[in-house]
This record gives sequence, C-alpha cells and structure tokens, in this order.
Amino acid sequence: MTWLTWRQFRAQAVVAAAGLAVLAIVLVITGLQLSHTFDTTVLGCQAHGDCAAADNALQGQDTALQDLTRLLMYAVPAVIGLFWGAPLLGRELETGTFRLAWTQGVTRARWFGVKLVLTGLASMATAGLLSLMVTWWYSPLERVGAARLTPGEFSLGGIVIIGYAAFAFALGVTAGLLARRTLPAMAITLAIFVAVQLAMPFLIRPHLIAPVRAVSALKVANVHSESIIGSGGGGTLSLGAAPDIPGSSSAWIYSAQVTTASGSTDLGPAPAHCGPNSGYNECQAAIARMHLRVVATYQPGSRYWAFQWYETAIYLAAALVLAGFCWWWVRRRVT
Amino acid sequence: MTAVLETRGLGKRYRRRWALSDCTLDVPAGRVVGLVGPNGAGKTTLLHLATGLLRPTTGTIRVLGEPPPATPAQLEKVGFVAQDTPTYAGLSVADHLRLGAHLNRNWDARLARDRIERLGLDPAQRAGKLSGGQRAQLALTLAVAKKPELLILDEPVASLDPLARREFLQGLMETVADQELGVVLSSHLVADLERVCDYLIVLVASTVQVAGEVDRLLATHHLLTGVRRHPVTLPEGQEVISASHTDKQTTLIVRTDGPIHDPAWTVSAVGLEDLVLAYMSRSAPEHRPALEVQR
Repeated sequence: MTWLTWRQFRAQAVVAAAGLAVLAIVLVITGLQLSHTFDTTVLGCQAHGDCAAADNALQGQDTALQDLTRLLMYAVPAVIGLFWGAPLLGRELETGTFRLAWTQGVTRARWFGVKLVLTGLASMATAGLLSLMVTWWYSPLERVGAARLTPGEFSLGGIVIIGYAAFAFALGVTAGLLARRTLPAMAITLAIFVAVQLAMPFLIRPHLIAPVRAVSALKVANVHSESIIGSGGGGTLSLGAAPDIPGSSSAWIYSAQVTTASGSTDLGPAPAHCGPNSGYNECQAAIARMHLRVVATYQPGSRYWAFQWYETAIYLAAALVLAGFCWWWVRRRVT
Repeated sequence: MTAVLETRGLGKRYRRRWALSDCTLDVPAGRVVGLVGPNGAGKTTLLHLATGLLRPTTGTIRVLGEPPPATPAQLEKVGFVAQDTPTYAGLSVADHLRLGAHLNRNWDARLARDRIERLGLDPAQRAGKLSGGQRAQLALTLAVAKKPELLILDEPVASLDPLARREFLQGLMETVADQELGVVLSSHLVADLERVCDYLIVLVASTVQVAGEVDRLLATHHLLTGVRRHPVTLPEGQEVISASHTDKQTTLIVRTDGPIHDPAWTVSAVGLEDLVLAYMSRSAPEHRPALEVQR
C-alpha cells in the first residue's frame, strides 16, 4: 500500500520538494543579507536613539520577497487542501478506480488509512518546512515591524501553519469523499477553508486566552489623535492614545480607551488652551494636567507561543475529527 | 462442493428505490455464470454485493461459502473487473502490474507479464492512452493474476467493438480453462453470454426471473406455435412464459419438465436469446424493458 500511495503521490511530492528547494536557496541568500543589514544598521542605531530611518531601510529591502513569503504562508495550506486533499478520494470515486483498489488483497480501511496518514504527514511536513524557512528569513524584519501576535502577522510564522495544512488536507479529503468528484470538492474545500481562516483571527482567536486589562496614566506623547467636538471653548474633548504598558510594541491591543481619573469615558469640555487660537504645546500641557488614564485590553506579546500552540491544537483536532469521519464513512458507507 | 454464490432473500435499497429485492440464488461451483438483464435491472448491485463493495439491506449473501470479502484473505479469492473497466489513467501498464503485486500476496507476476506480452501491450504505456479493449484486457489481467477462485466481471465487454468483444471473451475462456476458476459475468446482451456461459441468471426489474444451467433451461423451455387461441389453457405443469398473438396464430414460450403432447401445437426448441427475452418481457408487461442498443 505504501508503494501505491507513493506512486500516486510522486508527482505532487516532486513538485513540492522542488518548490521548497528553490525557495530555500533564494531565502538563504537574501536572508543572510537581511541579517547583515539588521546587524549593521538597526543594531547600531539603537545606541544613538533614532532608529526610524534604519527600520524603514530594512523594511524596504526585498519587498517582493516579503510579499511572496506572506502569500505562500497564506496560500500553501489552501493549495495542499485543494490539490492533495480533494483528489485523494474525489478522483478515485469520480473515475471509479476505487472499485479496482478495493477489490485487491488489502482492505479498504488499510488502503485509505495508509494514503491518509502518509499524504497527511507530507502535507504537514511541507507546511512545517516552509514555515521554518520563512520564520527564519523574516526574523530581522519582525524585530522592527508590527507585533507578530497581531492578526495580520500571526500566521506568518511559527507552527500554526502545520495545523492549517493538516486541516485543509483533511477538509479536502472529506469534500472529495462527499462530493465524489474532484473539481466540486476543490471548490468546496476552498470556500470552507477561506471562511474558517477569516473567522479564526476575528471570532475565535481573541477568545482563546482572556485578555489583560490594564489602566495606565495617559502620556501626552502617546496621544495619536485628538479632536474637539463642538464650537468655541466649550467643545467636548475626544482623545485616542496608546496605553503605557510594558512591551506595548509587541502586544496585540484589542482596545485602548481614554478615561478621566474617575473612570468616565466622558472627558468633559476641552481645556481653554486647546482653542483655535492656542498653541500646540499649551494644549498638550493642559491635557497633561487633566490626569487622564488609558484603559486597555490586550494580549501581551509574550503569549505568542501559547496562542500558536492553542491554535495549532484546534486545527489538528478538527483535522482528526474530519479524518475520523472519512475513515468511518469509507469503511461503512461508500460504495 | 460449496456454492460460489449463495443468496437468501438478498435485497439492496438506495434511499427509497430497491435496486435488488428478495434475491435467492444457489450458483454451483465450476460454472461460467452469465448474469443477464436490461440496464438498471440490478446486475451491478448484485455483483457489488458479491465483491463486498456493497452491503446488503436485507438477506444474506455468501461467496465461496463465506460472507462477502472483507478480510485480505477473502479479498484475494475474488477477482473483480468493474463496469467500464476502471484503471488509473496516469499509471503505466507496468505500474498496474506492480500495483497488483504489492496488493495481493498470491500475485502471479509471470502470468501477468506473459498475458500483457501476448496481448501486445506496451508496459510503458499509460493506461489512460489505451483503447477500451486494451484497458479491459489490463483490468482482466489484474483480476486474473491475483489467482482468484472466483472471477466476477461486470459488463466487461459493454464498451468494446465486436472484434474486441470476441477477443476478450476468447481470452477469458482460455484463462478459465487454464486456471479452473469460477466466473460470473454480466451483460445486457445475451449474445455475449451465449458462447461462454453454462449457467444463466436472468435479472429483470431488481428480481431474479430464472436461474439455472443453460442446457437445462433450453431443455425445459419450448416454443409452441398454433392456430390463434385466446385465452390459452395448458395442462398442469406447463407454464406460459410469454405469449404473442397475430390474427391467425398464437406463439408461446412454455416451461415444463415433461413433454408436450397436444397435437394442436407445433413444438420447437427455443434459442437462449428468445428465452431470455421472454422472461424480460414477462416481468414488465406494462412497459417492457427495451434491450439497449449496443454501444
């Protein structure tokens, strides 16, 4: 059975291995340059304070490859589900070859089990290797870029992609089994997988671990937006500000609300110094004298790996449930 | 000798439609069994039940004295060529033989190789590029080289042209003679089965109409022609299978174990095709199943 699985999977395996090999060569060469740039410019700048220029220069390096690696991290699990998962049973059922396979001297349970496990492991290994390379390549950029725990960055590294690949593969197999045709199975797989991938960061992931709630004093330097609603000196003040929490640059901040010292979200009338005729610095000083606070709910950046493990476990569990269903269906129901 | 196929009240239902109902059969060993009936009669269902691809809704089925194949040992005893002779389009002929060798413990590699060579198939050729006849031969090779005790073929020649049909059936008969295996093959055309079968099962509208040795079926069925009579009355023990009337003449196909003495009838032998047709038209008097035009 191992031979047949390999023979049927050979072409896809070669394509995947070749793709990973080419990517590895490109990423190693450019990745070493990125590390070098990081070491020489960004590390040096930290000594004399102003790093914005060095950060921007690093982020501007290899932008095409940055886009490509992001695309790969999003697309590879889906491609695995579509091209490795969906045809696994879909094509056999569509072309009737399952009748050939299931009347040989191996039980259909074994036939399916070997194919499922070997191809499934190949899917996870492919995704894992990709993530390993991309995570390494991205590490200098990550240290100057957005926090890796935030939704846009979270799935671009770490181990979750292994869970995604396993789930997409199992989803494809299931769709192929139920649709009994490859092309509709691929369409179903893509639709469901995209829906799940969109639901995860917005509906599920924020609730995996209870966020931290922190109240900190408003630092005027952290204010990023201010507006006065209403005319004249009596307009209502509205402020947006980043919380003053340790490691805020790596945190995933759900919300940050500016309140008064007593906790009210109504900041009251704007200080007289913030009128149209007042200077910027006077207004800032006046706001500082109000002793406002910032109430923040957030996930500390240190929870990155906890989230990675939780999410990987969820996807792997879903993949196992789907695989178990397929196993049962193949043994009992399909004909 | 155990029966190769033994069913008791066997039935299979798909959702609300019965594909096969109340099927009771005893097919003795060592026969080449023809399963004939119009398309949609339940032939494929019966064969899939026998190979273990399907599970019965009601009743029991035993193949070679055991329940339908579920274990590797049982699966190895039954060779199966499914309808439209599916093969892996992307795999070469040689790959198919390797597949057979890997999946069957009793695989006879030499027999498989010899057969492929004799058929003139190129081992490097992909199965998807083979003609229908060649693909059927490849599928048969796979089924035969696993050294089964029973070979089941579902409409193996349906998609073949007449020449390929004859070659396929000829090859099949040679194999049967060499290996002494039981064969069950289905067709919606009696002509295909006439030359090769010595046991016949007529399956129409999901029920078995008649089953038995071909010789015995031919000996117990008679074609009676005489002056038009309507209704027809016949002595005890003579069963009218089909009756057709013209203005002047009545033609009957009658089953009886005894001789027919009534001088009013001209008695003659029934051909196998007429016999099968008689059973087919009897089962569905309202809308008789038309035999499908050969593809």
